[in-house]
Amino acid sequence: MKSMIRLAAAAALAFVLAPAASAETVKVGVITTMSGPFASLGQQMDQAIKLYMKLHAKDVEPHKIEIVLRDDTGPAPDVAKRLAQELITRDRVHMLSGVVFTPNAHAIAPLATEAKMPLVIMNAGTSVTTTLSPYFARVSFTLWQSSYPMGQWAQQAGIKSVFTAVTDYGPGHDAEAAFIKGFTEAGGKIAGSVRMPVANPDFVPFIQRAKDANPEAVFTFVPAGRQATAFMKTFAERGMREAGIRLIGPGDITTDEELPSMGDVPLGVVTVHHYSAAHDSPTNKAFQAAWKQEYGANAVPGFMAVGAWDGMHAISHVIKQLNGKIDGDKAMALLKGWKHESPRGPIMIDPDTRDIVQNEYIRRVEKLGNANANIEIGVIPAVKDPWKVFNPPK
Amino acid sequence: MISAFIGILFDGLAYAMILYIISVGLSVTMGMMGFANLAHGAFAMAGGYVMVTLMQQLGLPFLATLPLVFVIVAAISVAFERLLYARLYRAGELDQVLFTIGLIFMAIAATTFVWGPLPQAVRLPPYLMGQVDLGFRTFPTYRTFLIVIGAVLILALWLGLERTRLGAQVRAAVDNRRMAESVGINVGRLFTTTFALGSGLAGLGGALGADILAPTPSYALEHLVYFLIVVAVGGMGSIRGPFVAALLLGVMDTAGKYYVPDFGAFFIYVAMMGLLLWRPHGLFGRA
Repeated sequence: MKSMIRLAAAAALAFVLAPAASAETVKVGVITTMSGPFASLGQQMDQAIKLYMKLHAKDVEPHKIEIVLRDDTGPAPDVAKRLAQELITRDRVHMLSGVVFTPNAHAIAPLATEAKMPLVIMNAGTSVTTTLSPYFARVSFTLWQSSYPMGQWAQQAGIKSVFTAVTDYGPGHDAEAAFIKGFTEAGGKIAGSVRMPVANPDFVPFIQRAKDANPEAVFTFVPAGRQATAFMKTFAERGMREAGIRLIGPGDITTDEELPSMGDVPLGVVTVHHYSAAHDSPTNKAFQAAWKQEYGANAVPGFMAVGAWDGMHAISHVIKQLNGKIDGDKAMALLKGWKHESPRGPIMIDPDTRDIVQNEYIRRVEKLGNANANIEIGVIPAVKDPWKVFNPPK
Repeated sequence: MISAFIGILFDGLAYAMILYIISVGLSVTMGMMGFANLAHGAFAMAGGYVMVTLMQQLGLPFLATLPLVFVIVAAISVAFERLLYARLYRAGELDQVLFTIGLIFMAIAATTFVWGPLPQAVRLPPYLMGQVDLGFRTFPTYRTFLIVIGAVLILALWLGLERTRLGAQVRAAVDNRRMAESVGINVGRLFTTTFALGSGLAGLGGALGADILAPTPSYALEHLVYFLIVVAVGGMGSIRGPFVAALLLGVMDTAGKYYVPDFGAFFIYVAMMGLLLWRPHGLFGRA
């Protein structure tokens, strides 16, 4: 009798355990910036991930995604590297993601390679980054993608001379080089260039210098989410528009989340970027609506949020295809060529470079109702990272 | 060429006004009590946030918020001074530095919690925006306003220090604290008053300068170096020294970034090192 019960119990147990055996919990380590001066960037990323988990966790059923969030405190490669090491060796994550800053991604690269750990980059946009590890895939953007076409556009729009003013760090150098190449190849003239310190309280001297060089437009890049508003204000205060000088740049200078605090100043500014909150597509409308429902009517998800949102889609694609059993090489094979309808439009991971291929939009800041918006006035479809086209792997 | 130079002097002067109004309180309290209050910038930041909140939540006009900012920040600082700072007056410099750096981090966390991590936007009234024509050339209206209001404040401060009883007491306490105490000046209470005035001024400076140094949670940390340069170069305990230092810093920083942008960020540090090697106690400091 006893053995009968034991047998029945064993059978029951087996019945209960059977589905559980195939339901995996996939741990995703997210390294992002949750404190310090750049906390707003990590916060958008984190909110996007949380919203994704709330709405789409069921997509990977019966498997589960477990997010392990770590704060790298800003552009701090040493911290990012330590966190990546802990996530890989101690928390035993299956995949990595996040990464706001380029230097942090670069510090993680050797670890990802050694551990065969797929890393889906949700932001860090310096071109060279994806070449540093075969386990890097990027769903965000590169500055070459926006600034090179911007140079071509500026020349076509009849602008003959441009002064460039960029923040003095990796992405700023990329933006500067890309714009100058695009603009001068098309026949434009650079009236002068200046690089501004990363920690910079006052833009006046730089903008005054640009004004005195008397160009037709100023091309600028400053880190999104912090300095764009200050730059924009100083630009207006100096009477640049009255002097007939236009402002152009990658979308970082008119990010959707900063636009409300800029007042009327940015009206008419033309930028090239991959995402506008005002992008007209059903996918984007649904994304914006879901965001506002979760975080309030005044919350605006910017490109940082979209990067994280699409990154999560890429990760869940891998989990579904591999049936919850993550293997670094198989995961990378799945990410290569992955196509998706993002809130920004159609995107793809380039199978050759593991970098994003996406539409770049030419946008002008205009009033939409009583709020400012980046209104798309043109599109350059399926842009590959131009830097990788000009600098093919040897 | 000349025009560019006048522009630099003008911008540097406006910048110097803000730096001076924010830093002068730090100079006096450091000179009087020898207290290394690194969290001084947090009061300037508080000024910016109080102003933005008064304007946005209560709809007060810009100018009306300024006296309120002064009073509110001064009141907050008294609470901090009595509850926390007072315990550390006799402590070593390391304790004071650790304590005030800790305060900065708490201020960062608290402001992030209440106002969020993004810089606050200041909506200036229309009459302070745009350019003003002074006959021979145009200047940005707001910076002109800053220079005028800064000059008025400085005049009031200097007259107050020279001509009032409180001013005389402050001077006496800075010169020789034990002597001042022995002739019956309550230096403890005097210090509280000075601390409140200095912090209130910092708040006012933070509010006035909010258009240029936007209030963000990390404000106190980001601009700390500038405030300390003003105090170190000017000389602790001095009222005029920091003004000269702020002027030098403002003009040289602006000029350095304009003429040699590649070295713009280093320029002021080199200048400061040179000055301090030449006069280790600052321009107007006493050995």
